[in-house]
Amino acid sequence: MTGRNLITDVQNTWCPGCGNFTIQHTLKALLDGWEKEGRSLDNVVLVSGIGCHAKIADYLNINSFYSLHGRTIPVATGIKLANPDLTVICCCGDGDCYAEGLDHLVFAAKRNIDITVIVHDNRVYGLTTGQYTPTSPLGFKGKSTPSGTAELPLNPVELMLACGATFIARGYTKKMDQLKTLIREGVAHKGFSFIDVLQICATFFPAADYYTPRVYEPADHDPADFQKACLLAREWDYNSDARIALGVLYRKSMPGFGERVAVPNRTASEREQAVRDIIAARI
Amino acid sequence: MAEEREVSVLVGGRAGDGINNAGALVARLMSRLGYRIYLYFDYPSLIRGGHNFAVIRAATREVGTCREKVDFVLALNQETVTRHQGMVHDGTAFVFNADLVKSEGQGIPVKAILAAEQAPEIMGNSVMIGGFAKAAGIEWAQVEDVFRAALPKGTDLNLKVARRAYDQLAVVRKIPERGSPPLSLVTGNEAIGLGLIRGGLDAYVSYPMTPSSSLLHFLAGEKEKFGITVVHPENEIAVVLMGLGFAYAGKKAAVGTSGGGFCLMTEGLSLAGMAELPLVFVVSQRTGPSTGLPTYTGQSELQFVLHAGQGEFPRLIVAPGDAGEALAWSAIALDIAWQFQVPAFILPDKTLSEGTYSVDTAALPSREDGPAGPGRAASPSLPYRRYADMPDGVSPPAFPGTPGAVVKVNSYAHDEYGYTTEEGDMVSLMTEKRLRKQEALARAMNTFPQVNVLGKADAPVALLCWGSTKGVSAEVGDALGLRVVQPVVLEPFPTTQLRVALSGTTKLICVEENATGQLAAIASEYGIAVDEEIFRYDGRPFTYESLLAKVQEVIL
Repeated sequence: MTGRNLITDVQNTWCPGCGNFTIQHTLKALLDGWEKEGRSLDNVVLVSGIGCHAKIADYLNINSFYSLHGRTIPVATGIKLANPDLTVICCCGDGDCYAEGLDHLVFAAKRNIDITVIVHDNRVYGLTTGQYTPTSPLGFKGKSTPSGTAELPLNPVELMLACGATFIARGYTKKMDQLKTLIREGVAHKGFSFIDVLQICATFFPAADYYTPRVYEPADHDPADFQKACLLAREWDYNSDARIALGVLYRKSMPGFGERVAVPNRTASEREQAVRDIIAARI
Repeated sequence: MAEEREVSVLVGGRAGDGINNAGALVARLMSRLGYRIYLYFDYPSLIRGGHNFAVIRAATREVGTCREKVDFVLALNQETVTRHQGMVHDGTAFVFNADLVKSEGQGIPVKAILAAEQAPEIMGNSVMIGGFAKAAGIEWAQVEDVFRAALPKGTDLNLKVARRAYDQLAVVRKIPERGSPPLSLVTGNEAIGLGLIRGGLDAYVSYPMTPSSSLLHFLAGEKEKFGITVVHPENEIAVVLMGLGFAYAGKKAAVGTSGGGFCLMTEGLSLAGMAELPLVFVVSQRTGPSTGLPTYTGQSELQFVLHAGQGEFPRLIVAPGDAGEALAWSAIALDIAWQFQVPAFILPDKTLSEGTYSVDTAALPSREDGPAGPGRAASPSLPYRRYADMPDGVSPPAFPGTPGAVVKVNSYAHDEYGYTTEEGDMVSLMTEKRLRKQEALARAMNTFPQVNVLGKADAPVALLCWGSTKGVSAEVGDALGLRVVQPVVLEPFPTTQLRVALSGTTKLICVEENATGQLAAIASEYGIAVDEEIFRYDGRPFTYESLLAKVQEVIL
């Protein structure tokens, strides 16, 4: 289908100033561009979890699977294995992807399944009205931790390096042009692509004043250099005060899970023959 | 013992001795003589060191359980002789490994035979099988045939060591040949796998859990032949959601587990119900609760799979009673799941999953037209409504990649397009749509024979059973002149067919391998009262004698 209106008529209920708008319009711009290049959007699938981020499934007029909290990645994996011609993009939240569904993230990176995971990392639960997430800083005062969290945040970029992800990037919702480049490259990457997007939560964690002066694009970074990528990942640990590197931090080419597990197509009659042969061999 | 019509063999040894394979060879030898086979494999939950045994029962009738006494003991360890004394009768013939076992009967110097042929230790079981074949008066040509079919690697050396034992032993208890042509021997899990393939399976996703694992192993081993994707992901939560990903993309998937793994799948099950995605769940029951007895049987998950998942949505549950039924009904379960876009359960137990049965392929229904496709609408009406409200509740399916169709599925309450809604009227409309699917599903299932009547079909006293107790109940029914009624479909509950099957009964006895009577409770909800209940819940299946005695107690 061409010339479709990419934004649906569904009433948008994100707060004014929410970083989700940036991600939505970045994706819209990319989809527009693909359509202009003659690429059919019929083959694009968006998988979302549950949380503020996930409403994007209702707001973008493309194929979508509005899944469960934490469960975008296994759904996306099934879809990609079922039909490798589809472009599969996961929009996940940080609570969604780093708490409830962390196991799936680790294994998707380990497998190098060819999907793109965009984490709307606002470092707070928005839809459940303000609790800490795995990336909230130590001492974060949320509704479930009124005297401040007692645990350090996870560093998802470092985690993904350890898990073998083959495309690792970090973006920021106040840097929309860069974000568009990161997502475009992530989708183009053959294999597992991970993009942690530092996102403003206008209501519960409006951290723009923190991020804006600290983010930078490292000059001359070679994303093929794993050691350098590790240094960049550790520069800011999502807790202490440091510069925050944005961009493609690591990239590597490797066969994907789908290619490795591919099986030959069999017709119904070949399969029936195989069944009958197996049964006959058991006499 | 009804020696004229049947024979039972006990093969025992240490875990790691390959008892299951030795038992399979014995089963195959007796099958070639024209008998119907049931093989039960008993093993503890460990890899090496425990005691394993297989009981192979060969009879002129179809069998699905063991007898308490055996006619042959094939002992690879001393425990086989000492632990199973209660299974021995006056005429039981013993064949044992003389290096390890002291016993009456015929000992075989296994080490010496292997040394004489310079054969590896792993061929010790072939020596024992050769000895058994002679003791049972089986022609050498049969042994050779079976070895060539079952042991494609090192066949000649296996035959050489077997022959030495065959020549050393004497015939003590000849198993008579039967005229009937031999049937294939298939385990319950293999039959489920083959049935799913015939139903058009594209993908099997599973995390290992006994007693479902052998289905994963079988399909993973044959995936190239079948052209199916087999995935073993990080946990059962991923399993069910990957399965739903396949379904959304238009590929027929099944997942497999046991009770504990199914606990983790329940959020995905409820998603399947809400998103109206077809998926087959194979839940092979073992003794619970919790980790329970991992390698032993039970029938305590019927109420669990019936009620699992938050909210109300239609589902299909079938509980095949033997491998033949598993083959037929697994294909049907996959068909029906896709026809009605619902989750479907296949509910075996350890007895069925890991038991080996004779399967009559002449009875295999033809699927020459090929399995029913996923029902892809050639050109769906646009704009596409994934949840279009149809009279029977079943919306025309389309999958991503369909030109012009935006396919949206949703775990939230949604409208016809799949957009999230909190409007009360729309929520009611979609709830009613799913309930109409339930009605349509029940009507479709009524076109199948869902309830088996075995034993003496017009007897006033009936045994009501489900799943793997079919075989033992049928035998007891035949022996005592009772009617035996076995619903294969358990949801939608086949009330009409069950009432017909039970018409004229004056006493209904429910037989279940659980402690609370789960089928009895469902039957009573539908107004079918059970008069007596016979339970077993020690993890072991009913033997013929144990059920016979319990039934006699309640009918006297």
